[in-house]
Amino acid sequence: MSMRRLLDVEHLTMQFGGLTAINDLNLVARNREITAIIGPNGAGKTTVFNCLTGFYKPTVGRLSLSVPGRKEVYLERMDDFQIARAGVARTFQNIRLFPAMSVLENLIVAQHNELMRASMWSVGGLLGSRKYRKQEELAIGVASKWLDQIGLNGVADKPAGDLPYGDQRRLEIARAMCSKPALLCLDEPAAGLNSQESGELNSLLCGIRDEHGIGILLIEHDMDVVMNVSDQVVVLDHGQKISAGSPTVVSEDPKVINAYLGEPGEDPLSLEMAGRR
Amino acid sequence: MNNTQRKRFNISSLLKECFLISAVAFVLALPLIGFRTFNGNEGLDWNFRWGYLLIAVTAVFIGRAILILWRQIHFDVVEKYWLKKIKSLNPKKHTPFFAISIGLLFILPFMPEVDRRIVDLATLVLIYVMLGWGLNIVVGLAGLLDLGYVAFYAVGAYTFALLGTVHDWSFWGSLPVAGAVAAMFGVLLGYPVLRLRGDYLAIVTLGFGEIIRVVLTNWVEFSGGPNGIAGIPRPTLFGLEFTRRAPEEQSFHHYFGIDFSGDHRIIFLYYVILVLALLTNFFVLRIRKLPIGRAWEALREDEIACRSLGINPVNTKLSAFALGAMFGGFAGAFFASRNGFISPESFTFIESAIILAIVVLGGMGSQIGVVFAASAIVLLPELLREFSEYRMLFFGMAMVLVMLWRPQGLMSHRRPTVVLPAMDSK
Repeated sequence: MSMRRLLDVEHLTMQFGGLTAINDLNLVARNREITAIIGPNGAGKTTVFNCLTGFYKPTVGRLSLSVPGRKEVYLERMDDFQIARAGVARTFQNIRLFPAMSVLENLIVAQHNELMRASMWSVGGLLGSRKYRKQEELAIGVASKWLDQIGLNGVADKPAGDLPYGDQRRLEIARAMCSKPALLCLDEPAAGLNSQESGELNSLLCGIRDEHGIGILLIEHDMDVVMNVSDQVVVLDHGQKISAGSPTVVSEDPKVINAYLGEPGEDPLSLEMAGRR
Repeated sequence: MNNTQRKRFNISSLLKECFLISAVAFVLALPLIGFRTFNGNEGLDWNFRWGYLLIAVTAVFIGRAILILWRQIHFDVVEKYWLKKIKSLNPKKHTPFFAISIGLLFILPFMPEVDRRIVDLATLVLIYVMLGWGLNIVVGLAGLLDLGYVAFYAVGAYTFALLGTVHDWSFWGSLPVAGAVAAMFGVLLGYPVLRLRGDYLAIVTLGFGEIIRVVLTNWVEFSGGPNGIAGIPRPTLFGLEFTRRAPEEQSFHHYFGIDFSGDHRIIFLYYVILVLALLTNFFVLRIRKLPIGRAWEALREDEIACRSLGINPVNTKLSAFALGAMFGGFAGAFFASRNGFISPESFTFIESAIILAIVVLGGMGSQIGVVFAASAIVLLPELLREFSEYRMLFFGMAMVLVMLWRPQGLMSHRRPTVVLPAMDSK
């Protein structure tokens, strides 16, 4: 494991009043790798994401992000939108698109900060500066490339809220990618997808990892997705890391099987079956 | 026609609903219409007016029946037709139509049959159109329900009134200052309410609007209190005044060698507000297509998603408040200059409500909808003047009908700010 660390989570602890949602979690994400976070319901997976992306302030812990070519930053000290600017993009468990805006607009809004600079905080844009028009063309180009990739080119001008569920999921990932992140955090991207759609999702995720060379953090219940795409898996239970390693290692770890299924011998189901519920 | 067959109604449920509504009407009408007081022999006396009560309840019964039937048969058809019309209203395709409309507005004062009263009324409509467009930034685009918009209107008006009367500033010199001061107040109000949304925001902004009015009423040394400020300078055309007694080289009628007429000033004011309103429209249409405009709309749709994409919600909200307030300030300065006199009376809550009604009635975020709604709201009471005491009743009825027919506003179809270039041009 000589690859550089992209995200280094050390001693992350998050308490809500007396409840410890995450306890002393250590976690590493690398470039060109998909790191899956799995665990039973209520294990604290989404809380980890919320700490990473600044929606919660961690009680204890250091979250350092070192994007190649940029200075190392500490996420626990930053506001949510600053973290996004530093290169952490995320999707949400319950899809959060801009439903009344068109599909294309959703992808353009993701490139807000670049466009804002090019429009000189709207002054140049109001006067119709060439620099802004050029940047807007570029942004539309990026968006249309992503639309091609997720196969939504034909509905670019439709309201995003009118899309079918699976398309909305992919659009949310594309929107996160349009903000040109170094680390992409996906919160249950396969939730509610059928097996064909989750197959497409697999290839989309692998494509993003291989072509863009960014790190991906993935929360997922669908074990097909987890086993097929992830390079390493971290298992949480009751806010505690109980296992980590490659997918095969983790799936054979008795502690993991315990966490999902209770004491061994009680039930003959495999971990895969547990994932599918 | 399929629709009407599918949605078959049964007569008993119709009657049931009509009776229910009539019962409510009876309870309401009993104290409102049913009792009448008069001066009897032993002081104040009262009697029943059963006839009137019966008429009112019957009217409600029949009206409700007609409404239900009309809805079941025609609402779908009309709605579909209307939606098709709105969707086909493409600014690019209809450029000639819009150009002709604007051209007509420019020659309005010189059209036959148009007198001083009509031009004055058009000026009033345009003030509300401009206010509607300004508030559209805050409510329609950024989705921040602002019930105290009149505060910025007042700030703009008083800024110019004070600059003009105390420091002898001209209208054109103080117009930008009025806008800037109003924008500053927009930020001042915006800052504490950043975390609020929806109803809570509406209540706080309502309070802010009242604070401004109460301060203006009570701080007599500063604003003249309830007496207001009189003798506010009128706008001038490059220094030319529209008064009879102005020095020769500074008066409009002398300069152009025509007889003095009071109409000149009315017409000039009309052109000033027409240009100001068109500038507002141009600005809003343009900024909607810029990143900041899209960020406002995105913020209205989902604030958390905005944050996750690196959009600074504080700056985005404050800029919406500031720009919306700025146009309110411009309109306020114009209002002060047009009337020559202002007092806190002109800036009561009802004004905020009317402006908000214009935006909502027009369809949130729709520029052309604001024009229709402002015309309707300002003109309807004027046109119904002959019905004198019943006009507010008709006005209310018209509002209820519109809300029944199109609860989302007259022109509520949203057009994307950016579209994918056509395949063949790629």
